[in-house]
Amino acid sequence: MTAVAVEVTSLVRRNLIHLRRRPELLVFSIVEPVVLVLLFRYVFGGAVGLSTDLAYPDFMVPGILVQTVTLGSITIGAGLAQDLRLGLMDRFRSLPISRVSVVASHALAGLLRSSVVVLVMALVGVAVGFRPAASPSQALLALILLWLYGVAMAWVTLTLALILRSVEATETIGLGLLFPLTMLSSAFVPIETLPGPLRAFADHQPVTAAIDATRALLLDRPVGGDLWAAVAWSLAIVAVLAPVTAALYQRRIGR
Amino acid sequence: MRPEASAIAVEGLVKSYGRTAALRGLTMHAARGTVVCLMGPNGAGKTTVIRVLSTLTRPDGGTAMVCGHDVVQAAGRVRALIGLTGQDAAVDEHLTAMENLWLFARLNGLARRLARSRVAELVEAFDLGPVAERPVRTYSGGLRRRVDLAAALVAAPPVLFVDEPTTGLDPRSRRTLWELIRARARAGSTILLTTQYLEEGDQLADRIYVVDQGRAVAEGTPDELKARIGGERIEVTLAHPAALPLAAAELETLLGGRPEVDAAALTVSVLTDDRPGVLSRAVRGLDEAGVDVTDVRLRRLTLDDVFFAFTGAEPAANGHRR
Repeated sequence: MTAVAVEVTSLVRRNLIHLRRRPELLVFSIVEPVVLVLLFRYVFGGAVGLSTDLAYPDFMVPGILVQTVTLGSITIGAGLAQDLRLGLMDRFRSLPISRVSVVASHALAGLLRSSVVVLVMALVGVAVGFRPAASPSQALLALILLWLYGVAMAWVTLTLALILRSVEATETIGLGLLFPLTMLSSAFVPIETLPGPLRAFADHQPVTAAIDATRALLLDRPVGGDLWAAVAWSLAIVAVLAPVTAALYQRRIGR
Repeated sequence: MRPEASAIAVEGLVKSYGRTAALRGLTMHAARGTVVCLMGPNGAGKTTVIRVLSTLTRPDGGTAMVCGHDVVQAAGRVRALIGLTGQDAAVDEHLTAMENLWLFARLNGLARRLARSRVAELVEAFDLGPVAERPVRTYSGGLRRRVDLAAALVAAPPVLFVDEPTTGLDPRSRRTLWELIRARARAGSTILLTTQYLEEGDQLADRIYVVDQGRAVAEGTPDELKARIGGERIEVTLAHPAALPLAAAELETLLGGRPEVDAAALTVSVLTDDRPGVLSRAVRGLDEAGVDVTDVRLRRLTLDDVFFAFTGAEPAANGHRR
């Protein structure tokens, strides 16, 4: 293994130990979307489902999966903020390790955790009537897309953590930013039913792009431009935020 | 001292945070294998020196070298040579001592087998065995610092930075840490230590730099500095304020130091050396001069005394600065 690979695996292992020490974190990140699934499937679903051209569980579960990845990324930024606060980052920065290792390990550990939650949510979805029609290659493509999208979302919360430098602020502002994005998307309602300006917004934001692509892939429907839109959004977010995070991380060194 | 003989060479270091000057041209050296102490109050700039030397902070001016490598130009090289243990125990709270040491061993590039033996060695040397399987967040303050120091030593660095290792610790934990730092010094590391405590510098350091307002204002072995300041302070409390000038004059004649008078507390104090008999001489002298004394104490020098002696001013206002 190269030095960077050793560093990242050692640090990811550390994050996974956190998860083992505090299983409530994982439990919470599963309970929350399960509650949403039940709420939308059995409370709102009857009414909302009338306006979807798909069976409502099929419509909603891909949305839940993307929402899980989106909101799960908040923990990634919170983990980095925690290191910044505890002075642990000073020790990391005084070690002969690559600059990206610490940040990358937070993102990687977070995506591993999100993958577990996504899997659980897919099973819960099936239990409430979700009937995916994807071929193995479509399912794999959906998973890769969720990962790519997850990387972009991780970058958003890592940037927040570097700006805010506080766990609480990263969580609060992260949620305040990302939760409305997931609600003003095609996750739970067909966006055709939204009023003009909201609809325009919902139609042109990354969460909707990721949901539409995931939904089309999992239900074996024509995915068309949605896939490219989702990939483009993810790459664009990373391309914009990568230099920003690098600069913010660097700036801390000057202090 | 020739720079090439120095493990640490700092020349005219300058650093400001906004309008606050943390370092104003600080110069210091540490010969290989020695323990050097930066002593000064909060805000004197001690921690900033450590942060510059451990590549965490970029200086505005001056140079800082570790084993001949510039901390700015060759930061990567420097990081491979240093261990850092700070004021806040910088280990992962949710990991056990063992897991922390393993993590830092691997991050320092130790191969698995070496990492394993090194962790076992440190757990033994730092007496972490009984708690090694519990998360660090359940540890006492002293124990955390021990884990922190062990984490800094995992790669057996030739240069070790120890920033206020015992601030806020109980005396027993303090002695344990001192012993561990001494053991590292015996093993040949160069150690740069910062402290607010005169006693700590006295116990551990080969050389001490007194730091005030971002500069080194005095330098020497603990004995040299003590000889220059005097050993202790005699403090006399009087029965009547009217006797203050007489007592001050008497003490100056008897002991030679410059007396300090605190009219509100009715005390006169004077620096003195460690010679035996000073206390009884002072008491007898004041008695013969007819001064009514209610209390006489001999107290150990505080950092304030050192400061007073070297700068002629009270220490800078306290304020925690990083």
